[in-house]
Amino acid sequence: MWNSPAEFFAMGGYALYVWCSFGVCALVLLLEPLAVRARHKKIVQRLQREVIAEQFDQKGGQ
Amino acid sequence: MSNVNNLSSSRIMNWFKFSSPSTFYPLAGKMIPWFWALTIIFGVAGLWVSFFVAPVDAVQGQGYRIIFVHVPASWMSMFIYLVMAAWAGLGLVFNTRLSAMMAQALAPIGAWMAFLSLWTGAFWGKPMWGAWWVWDARLTSELILLFLYLGFMALQASIDNVRRADKAGAILALVGVVNVPIIYFSVKWWNTLHQGASVSLTKAPAMAQTMLWGMLLMALCFWMYSIAVGLMRVRAIILEREAHTDWVKQLNEVKP
Repeated sequence: MWNSPAEFFAMGGYALYVWCSFGVCALVLLLEPLAVRARHKKIVQRLQREVIAEQFDQKGGQ
Repeated sequence: MSNVNNLSSSRIMNWFKFSSPSTFYPLAGKMIPWFWALTIIFGVAGLWVSFFVAPVDAVQGQGYRIIFVHVPASWMSMFIYLVMAAWAGLGLVFNTRLSAMMAQALAPIGAWMAFLSLWTGAFWGKPMWGAWWVWDARLTSELILLFLYLGFMALQASIDNVRRADKAGAILALVGVVNVPIIYFSVKWWNTLHQGASVSLTKAPAMAQTMLWGMLLMALCFWMYSIAVGLMRVRAIILEREAHTDWVKQLNEVKP
């Protein structure tokens, strides 16, 4: 169907429309899981600090 | 009769066991890699069919290939809304914590899908209709869907009491369900620039088989992606909301 990579990227004259559609979809589907992973990491780190603080508290009391 | 009752009640018990955040959290963690694997498999297959197998369109040339992301994003934006409203409704009726968290985890994915539907639609409309945007029934109702998602998220974020936020959000989500059939049937009910349904249950698809396959594979890819990201986000929400509980402090990833 495609005779050369250049022909593929030209998309029969619709390059702007096709690649802006697929590109933004790829970008969103890539960035969203990264943002969610950062959110998960943040809450885990907060909980780790809380656990360490509690242990420190108990040791200090004895 | 009593046997049947016992069976069904034990089955209900099993389901309610997984509605507890402490049992669902590790289960979700185990399921996530599988859904990512499915996302990638369907995505690679779908993109390959979209660009290298599906023939060029007689009328729209290569520009029609936008359909392979536009239709899956639009389907998912409507489907996720129904699932989100169902979870929110369950949370309202049974007062289960996890249901409300599921609804909250799904809202941003649905909002992104609605955004992608509108964005790819604009980039398809410009070369084919000559306009990025028209105030047409299909486009306007999809825009309202995006606003419903954003309204749901903003309402939940604006109420400090988590349980009340869940209830208010659930009512908004359930009222908004009326918009989904309006979107779906808008191309039938009103005169519109937007073309009719691409796939119909009642009649044979009006497109080449390979185009249909590309669209279905991409839709499966978006579906698996939504489940994977939904599970990831619900895990973060569970930890945030259950931060005060003992089971969270005893998790392996939390222990120092």
